[in-house]
Amino acid sequence: MVRISGSPAPQGLSNSRLGLLHALLHQYGPPRWSRYVREHWSGQRLVIAVPWIWLFLFFIVPFLIVFKISFSEIRLAMPPYAPLFEWLEEGRRLVTTLDLSNYAFVISDGLYVSTFLYSLKIAAVSTVLCLLVGYPMAYGIARAAPTTRSLLLMLIILPFWTSFLLRVYAWMGLLKSDGVINNVLLSLGLIDMPLTLLYTDLAVYIGIVYSYLPFMILPLYANLEKHDITLLEAAADLGARPFKSFFLITLPLSVPGIVAGCLLVFIPAVGEFVIPSLLGRADQLMIGRILSDEFFANRDWPVASAVAIVMLIALLLPIMIFQRYQRRELEAAKR
Amino acid sequence: MAEKTIDRSQEYVRIESVTKRFGDFVAVDNVSLNIYKGEIFCLLGGSGCGKTTLLRMLAGFEAPTSGRILIDGQDMASTPPYERPVNMMFQSYALFPHMSVERNVAFGLEQEGLTKAEVSNRVADMLDIVKLGEFARRKPHQLSGGQRQRVALARALVKRPKILLLDEPLGALDKKLREHTQFELINLQERLGVTFVVVTHDQEEAMTLATRIGVMNKGQIVQVGTPTDIYEFPNSRFVADFIGSVNIFEGQLIEDEPGHVRIRCPELDTTVFVSHGISSAPDAKVSVAIRPEKIEMTRGAPEGAENLTRGIVKEIAYMGDMSVYLVKLDSGRMVRVTIPNVERHADERIVWDEAVHLSWHASSPVVLSQ
Repeated sequence: MVRISGSPAPQGLSNSRLGLLHALLHQYGPPRWSRYVREHWSGQRLVIAVPWIWLFLFFIVPFLIVFKISFSEIRLAMPPYAPLFEWLEEGRRLVTTLDLSNYAFVISDGLYVSTFLYSLKIAAVSTVLCLLVGYPMAYGIARAAPTTRSLLLMLIILPFWTSFLLRVYAWMGLLKSDGVINNVLLSLGLIDMPLTLLYTDLAVYIGIVYSYLPFMILPLYANLEKHDITLLEAAADLGARPFKSFFLITLPLSVPGIVAGCLLVFIPAVGEFVIPSLLGRADQLMIGRILSDEFFANRDWPVASAVAIVMLIALLLPIMIFQRYQRRELEAAKR
Repeated sequence: MAEKTIDRSQEYVRIESVTKRFGDFVAVDNVSLNIYKGEIFCLLGGSGCGKTTLLRMLAGFEAPTSGRILIDGQDMASTPPYERPVNMMFQSYALFPHMSVERNVAFGLEQEGLTKAEVSNRVADMLDIVKLGEFARRKPHQLSGGQRQRVALARALVKRPKILLLDEPLGALDKKLREHTQFELINLQERLGVTFVVVTHDQEEAMTLATRIGVMNKGQIVQVGTPTDIYEFPNSRFVADFIGSVNIFEGQLIEDEPGHVRIRCPELDTTVFVSHGISSAPDAKVSVAIRPEKIEMTRGAPEGAENLTRGIVKEIAYMGDMSVYLVKLDSGRMVRVTIPNVERHADERIVWDEAVHLSWHASSPVVLSQ
C-alpha cells in the first residue's frame, strides 16, 4: 500500500524508487482543483459544456463566417470575396464594405424566391404524406405485442443499413420509363405506353417520403407508445365509439409526436439536395441545388451565403416551434 | 351503515354462471350473483382473485368465456362498452389529461348528442354536487388526488348510469381522506339512487360502504352477505380469516346436540362449548373461529364461564383506541385478544408476562366445517 499523504513512508521503502515518488507526492501534494473550480463547476455543467463547445465550434463559428461572407462583395480571387474591413494607404485608413446587395439580389430575383417557395411546397407535401403513411404505422407498432414491437421497429430502421445514395439510385431503376414499375404495368397490359415517373415531382415525393419516413415514425411511436390505454376504455365507457375516441383522445394527445415528426421531416426536406437532383425535374430546382450551384459552379460565395442565411432564418421559425412543443411535453411529463 | 330498504324482489344485475379464462388461467370461475337496485355491492378479495375482471365484464371491456350478464333484464353479451347503461370509475381515474375538469365531465354527455345548454347545465350541477365548481377550468394535473377522484366520480355519475362501477375508488387516497370520502360516497349514492358495484381489497372500505359484500377467492364467490353476516357468520375459514382478525383452532366434534355442541381442541387444553347446533357428521374435524374482541381477559378466573383457558401475556400492541394482546397458552399456542382502552390511565391494564384467564361466551365461537 502506498500512503499518499500524512504519515511518513514505511522505513523499508524510503530508499527505493517508491520512496522517491512518495517524497515527491509529499512535497507537492496531489493535484487539487482550485477553490473556484470546486465551487462553480458541477459535473452537470461539465457534461453540458461538451455539446455547447461542439455547437459553438461547428455551428456558431461557421454560421458567423457564412453570415460575414453574405455581406461581402464578390471578387475574382481566392477566397472569392472581398474582406469586410480593409486597411488602405498602409494602414492609415480603414475601409468597410458592408454590402447588402446580395440580400437585395436574393430577395428581388424571382428565381430564388420561386425556388424557395417550390422547396417549401415539396417539403410540406412530403411531410403531410409522411404523416399520413407514418401515423398508422407508428400506431400499429405501438399497439403490437411487445415482442413483435421490437421486430417492427427494427424493420423501420433497417433501410438505414444501406447507403442512402444507393437507395435513391434504386428508385431511379424502379421509376424510369423502362424501369421495373413500367415494365410490370406494361406486361400486365394495364398501360400501353410507359408512364413518365422519373424526373417529376411525384418521384421527388416518393423519394423524400421513402427516405424520411423513419424520422416521422420514430417520434410518433415514442409518443403513442406512452399513451394510457385506460383513457380509451374510459372514453368507450362514456359512450364514445372507437373511431371517435381516436379523434378525441389519441390524436390530441399525440400532437407533440406529430410536431416532432413533421419538423424532423420538413426541415431537412426543404434543403434536400440529392433526391431532387437525382429524381426531380430539370426545369425546377430546389433551394439546396441552387445553394450548391452558387457555391461551386458560380463561385459566388456572397450570394450563396445570403441564400443560406435567408433559408436558415426561414427554417428557424419551425425549429423554435418544435422546441416550444418539446419543452411543453417535457413539463407535462414531469407532473 | 344505516339499514336501507332495498327491493329484493327483482334483481337489477344478474350474473349467471360467468367464467372468464385467459389462456389456461381461470380468472373468474363460474360466478353467479344477483345485485339489487339501489345497493352498494362490494366485491372484496385479495389481488388476483378475479374481482376486477368481473367488474370489467360488467363494463364490457372483457367478454365472458361462458355465462351471461343481464343488466335490468337485458343480456349484455352483444352490447359494446359504449352502449352499456353502466359507467365506471377507474382505479387510476383515467381523466383525460388534455381536457379541463369541465370538458372531462361533459365528455360523456356530448357523446349522447345532448344540446350544449343541457350539457353545460348538467355538468355545472354535477360539479356542484362533488364541490368542484370553482375548479371547472383546471386541468387534471392541477388538482390534488382527492379532487381528481371527485372529477372521476362526477364524470361517471353525470351520465346517470343504471350502475356505477367503482374500481378501488379510494385506493389512491390517504387514510384520513379515505374515511371522509367513504361517507361522502354513501351520501351521494343515497341522494342519486344509483346502484354501486365497488371492487376493493380493503375490508374496512367494504364494511363501511357496502349494503352487501361478495367475498371472492381464486375466481369464485365464496360468500355473499351483509357486512354483519360476513363478519359474524363467516361460512368458511377463508372468509373468517380474510375479514378482520380471528383465532382459529382445530378440533373434533365430541358432543352434537340440536341446542349446543362441544368440541375438543387440543391447543386449548379445554373443550369448547358452543350454544348453537351445527349440521355436521359426528366426530368430524372442525375449526373453531373466535374473534379477538370476543375474548375476555381477566387476572382472576371469572365465575360461571363456560369456556375458560389460561395463558401468559407475551406481546402488547397499543393502538390507541384498543390494545392487542398476544397470549401464550399452556399448549404453546398464541391467542390474539383485543381490549378496548376505556380508561385513560394505564395503572389497571394487564402488562407483559402476567398470567391471565381467557374466557368467552358460548355464542361467540363460529364452527366452520371447511
